[in-house]
Amino acid sequence: MRRVSLHDVAAAALLLALALLPLYTQLTGNFFLLTLFTRIVILALAAVSLNLILGYGGMMSFGHAAYLGIGGYAVGMLAYEHVYSGFVQWPVALAASALFALVIGALSLRTRGVYFIMITLAFAQMAYYLIAGLARYGGDDGLTIQKRSQFFAPIDLSDKTQFYYICLLLLYGAIYLVWRLVNSRFGMVIQGARSNDIRMRAIGFPTYRYKLACFVIAGTLCGLSGALLANQADFVSPAMLYWTRSGDLIIMVVLGGMASPVGALFGAVALLVLEEALSGITEYWQIILGPLLLLVVLFARGGIDGLLRTLGGKVRAKAGT
Amino acid sequence: MTLFIEQCLNGLQFGLLLFLLAAGLTLVFGIMDLVNLAHGSLYMIGAYFAATFADWTGSFLLGAVLALGATLLVGMAVEVVVMRRLYGRDHLDHVLGTFGLILFFNEAVRLIWGAEGLSLPLPSWLNTAVRILPGFDYSAYKFSIIVVTLAVAAFLYVLVMRTRVGMLIRAGASNREMVGALGVNIKLLYTLVFGLGAALAGLAGLMQAPILTVQIGMGENILILAFVITVIGGIGSVRGALIAAIFVGVVDTLGRAYLPELLRLVLSTNAAATAGPALSSMLIYLLMAVVLVVKPEGMFSAGGK
Repeated sequence: MRRVSLHDVAAAALLLALALLPLYTQLTGNFFLLTLFTRIVILALAAVSLNLILGYGGMMSFGHAAYLGIGGYAVGMLAYEHVYSGFVQWPVALAASALFALVIGALSLRTRGVYFIMITLAFAQMAYYLIAGLARYGGDDGLTIQKRSQFFAPIDLSDKTQFYYICLLLLYGAIYLVWRLVNSRFGMVIQGARSNDIRMRAIGFPTYRYKLACFVIAGTLCGLSGALLANQADFVSPAMLYWTRSGDLIIMVVLGGMASPVGALFGAVALLVLEEALSGITEYWQIILGPLLLLVVLFARGGIDGLLRTLGGKVRAKAGT
Repeated sequence: MTLFIEQCLNGLQFGLLLFLLAAGLTLVFGIMDLVNLAHGSLYMIGAYFAATFADWTGSFLLGAVLALGATLLVGMAVEVVVMRRLYGRDHLDHVLGTFGLILFFNEAVRLIWGAEGLSLPLPSWLNTAVRILPGFDYSAYKFSIIVVTLAVAAFLYVLVMRTRVGMLIRAGASNREMVGALGVNIKLLYTLVFGLGAALAGLAGLMQAPILTVQIGMGENILILAFVITVIGGIGSVRGALIAAIFVGVVDTLGRAYLPELLRLVLSTNAAATAGPALSSMLIYLLMAVVLVVKPEGMFSAGGK
């Protein structure tokens, strides 16, 4: 049997803590914390989906927030047209994100490296302008959602605790899905293409198709996160898919540790809690966050996940095993 | 017809301004293999410096010159403190590190100059129209932007292709170690190149300042346009950047001016009014998609450099 490492303990503790959080808020009545963590859980879902292509696939997409916006606007626009059923809204959100990912991916994956970064960024910005130009749906000002997605009787997204658990369940489901995916044959091909695309093609894998499929899966998952985010905020605006949001998602993935199933979750929690804490200290909190990011890039390359693994390794080395 | 010529000139002027940004971006990428998202911050800082110095000295030109020097210094300082440590790292590290720099610069500007934008008023001698063709007047300021940027493009060409420093830059781009081994101070060279890129961005910012307001985040949207240009033109190619920049500038300006009217011929007035603005702001991205389908490495890719 595999030894339980510090990393696994920390991951399990975080997963458990998130599951027990509503209990704490019920006892203390601190509902701000629940709202904050609902947002964190939703954005963690987006980060997990980005980790699939960025961490495992080596595809440096700088346009991942586009799917947040597309998923969110699918919900927002349908609600505006008085279609409230979640059974319509959510599949539309997923399908729209998948379609966008398919088109963008098919074009962007023709390129590599820095071109890929810039192209995904430009396409996401294109989606931003498109949505900001929709005068019927609020344009730049965004769109208020009157009613959250409706499902059958006991499920009520307006109930804070219930909504939190739905988001959490979807997040854990996504983490499991990504974990299963990257350990499958499909995932091995994706990871092989990250290390050496030419060699993978030489041994007969059509890596372009594999990567495109992976890109579409990640986009669809992020679209789900967008649909949740729209429900959480009761509001959608073009800011959801502004390019800095894509940057935030990349930060979460890298800060948490790339190519680790729970890394993106670590990163999302760390970044958003840090933002919350810093903005409590000073109005100019980004002047601290910016250089902090730079330091992480320069000196802590494995992110939190890597740090936990190294620390765990050191403890074990001291114990003499 | 005169309106059409004016729109074309506006497009040319915007394109040349974009070229200043794209040239810095592509030089830094081509030579140091560095993706610099914070390039737009230098554009913003150039504009803020110009507005401040022009206010202090009371002279537009003096303010512009001082701002240019100050942006150059900021650029070189950024290179020495931060960028130097990022060479040879993964592109993802560049993206993240420079993203951190953007946050820092935006917030620093907000701390120093406040959240409201500044304005840089034009002196009266530039705020007139000149007759460039019989019966056709054009804004003197926009015309002078065209002249200045063309001069800068010529200067860049001479600097890179015809001088000793340019020779070292090109040599450094193809083999860093070898140039270093031959006794050239490659670190200093890189600092200079980065400073040059920063100054170009600052120049673009300060020239754009009188036309738009000077505000936080002004560098971000235009940076993405500069990315599109480098992708279309081929990364590392200054010549490609110039051609692509003019192309993008003209297409974008003409698209915004005429696309809604063209759509009205095909669609109903109502639909055209809705689709027009959205479609015209998407136009250059669609253009980029077409270029990518045809030539994934850009139109004028440096290829073998």
